[in-house]
Amino acid sequence: MNGRQRMAPAKGDDGMMNGMGTETEKMTETEENVMIHIDHLGKVFETADNRVEALDDVTLDIMKGDIFGIIGMSGAGKSTLVRCLNFLEKPSAGDVIVEGRSLKSMTPAELRKQRTRMSMIFQSFNLLQQRTVLDNVCFPLEINKVPRKKAREKAMELLGEVGLSDKAGNYPSQLSGGQQQRVAIARALASDPVILLCDEATSALDPRTTGEILDLLKKINETHHITIVIITHAMSVVTEICNRVAIIDSGKVAETGEVLEVFNNPRTEAAIRLVMSSGDREVSRISGEHLIRAVFSENSSYEPVIANMVLRFGQPVNIMRADTRDIGGTAKGEMVLQLPGDEGVREQMKAYLIERGLAVNELSSMKELEERYDG
Amino acid sequence: MADFFEEYGTLLAENTGITLYMVFASTLIAYVIGIPMGIGLVVTAKDGLHPNRIVYRILDVTVNIIRSIPFLILLILIMPLTKVIVGKTYGPSATVVPLVMSAAPFIARMVESSLLEVDHGVIEAAQSMGANDRVIVFKVMMKEARTSLITGATIALATILGYSAMAGTVGGGGLGNVAIQYGYYRYQTPVMIATVVLLVAMVQIMQAAGMKLGKALDHRTSG
Ligand SMILES: Nc1ncnc2c1ncn2[C@@H]1O[C@H](COP(=O)(O)OP(=O)(O)OP(=O)(O)O)[C@@H](O)[C@H]1O
Ligand SMILES: [Mg+2]
Repeated sequence: MNGRQRMAPAKGDDGMMNGMGTETEKMTETEENVMIHIDHLGKVFETADNRVEALDDVTLDIMKGDIFGIIGMSGAGKSTLVRCLNFLEKPSAGDVIVEGRSLKSMTPAELRKQRTRMSMIFQSFNLLQQRTVLDNVCFPLEINKVPRKKAREKAMELLGEVGLSDKAGNYPSQLSGGQQQRVAIARALASDPVILLCDEATSALDPRTTGEILDLLKKINETHHITIVIITHAMSVVTEICNRVAIIDSGKVAETGEVLEVFNNPRTEAAIRLVMSSGDREVSRISGEHLIRAVFSENSSYEPVIANMVLRFGQPVNIMRADTRDIGGTAKGEMVLQLPGDEGVREQMKAYLIERGLAVNELSSMKELEERYDG
Repeated sequence: MADFFEEYGTLLAENTGITLYMVFASTLIAYVIGIPMGIGLVVTAKDGLHPNRIVYRILDVTVNIIRSIPFLILLILIMPLTKVIVGKTYGPSATVVPLVMSAAPFIARMVESSLLEVDHGVIEAAQSMGANDRVIVFKVMMKEARTSLITGATIALATILGYSAMAGTVGGGGLGNVAIQYGYYRYQTPVMIATVVLLVAMVQIMQAAGMKLGKALDHRTSG
């Protein structure tokens, strides 16, 4: 059974029981399909009086064509991880295999060549301030010694693609943040990469511009067949464009899988916390006992389900929070419910919800979780 | 007034020329030495492109030592070297040697600080595109730091002008020499004042031109 079918919301057996512990991916992980194999990666930062284990034994496979989200709290090690992917940061342990080739065993010159195949965009855009937009896009071509005329033609074409042909002669300081990121994307595409690494590429942008940039990335993924790795702390970014996700917590991979699967059935505390946060907002403080999180899809209208459940069991439930969002084109609803004190009734209620196609997660650990993160 | 110019005009004009020659020649040569030193300091620093403790230490200490020697003492101290290079220890060309010697480390520091101002993210972006160190230094750092480098050069010029006037007092030639010879030994206060006015005017012009150029070449702020 593949992941996507398993997540089909109409099926009654869809639920945490089946979703757990399955590491078989939708695509068979034959070597040709793996674009980036992150192999037991570790990174330790040693300062005079401190030692930070930013990455600890991270192993992940990113498939060709993926839009792969890497999400985690601040300080989880996301930036370190993405910077290790092109060896801007030398890992302390492990290796990164890109298109079957080990970055660790490359000479500096080979590594530079490899980097032209894996472009990167950043939160702060990092455009050259003293060059025009056109010359910024030409820069990677200049590095690769592409003749000036050809480089300009290609740069103009890419600027057209990101919708900024009319800004070619402007300087970055004359552009808005969203426009600067578009230039950065055009620049990243100039070397015809197979991979695009994005480190918090939309974190400095407002929600609308974020949406536009994400749409652009999605388009690039499709038209240029570029595998995209997106680092973010916002679940909304992941749910909007990623097909697969890894959750990083304290330098470790807490969870990985298809976005829908992780969203429906977060198995770890870090995942639950991230999944419940929306946008840039941290999850609001929900405390109390007997909390569950129920996820339902568009066709199961939830109000009757909850109402019917209350009528049937004759016991009140407390709706602590309800939210809907779009995950890869599917509208998903999410609720946090507080169930009654009677354990028997609670179990029956959970079974009732699962029977009706909702994914149910226990949030009993939520309180400890809050304490741990806030403490 | 007319009499004054008739009597001293040629003298002042000639020595202004000499001063300008000393200043520009030394600044130029000092930059030829100071830029590589400044780049070396940035590249070999602990979080530079190619950290190298030994090279960094050598550059750092050399720069600090020379910078802490007062110019007049340095001038006297290196007279044997000046003699070897120029053939004599007095005159404008001979003054260029100590001027370069004292300005180069100072320029190295200014180049260093200009290059360090370049946003690390931009350097990282260039690295992520596969740029080698040469491209990063010359096409990214030097270009992004252009305005700051020009401002630095303006400061360097004014400083060297000041040193050259000092050198003039001990036989270096130029306006400093005129000031000492006429103003101090012969009590010709008007000549002294004229040299001061000329020196101040030169600093002002250099400063204004440098700032203007730097600003014109800066695209960080819109407009
Ligand atoms: N150069 C460095 N020297 C020392 N410690 C570092 C260095 N870079 C990162 N760290 C540490 O490694 C850990 C992970 O940092 P990283 O920047 O990867 O986190 P992040 O997940 O990207 O966080 P954020 O969401 O805030 O950007 C942090 O504890 C950080 O302090
Ligand atoms: Mg980060």
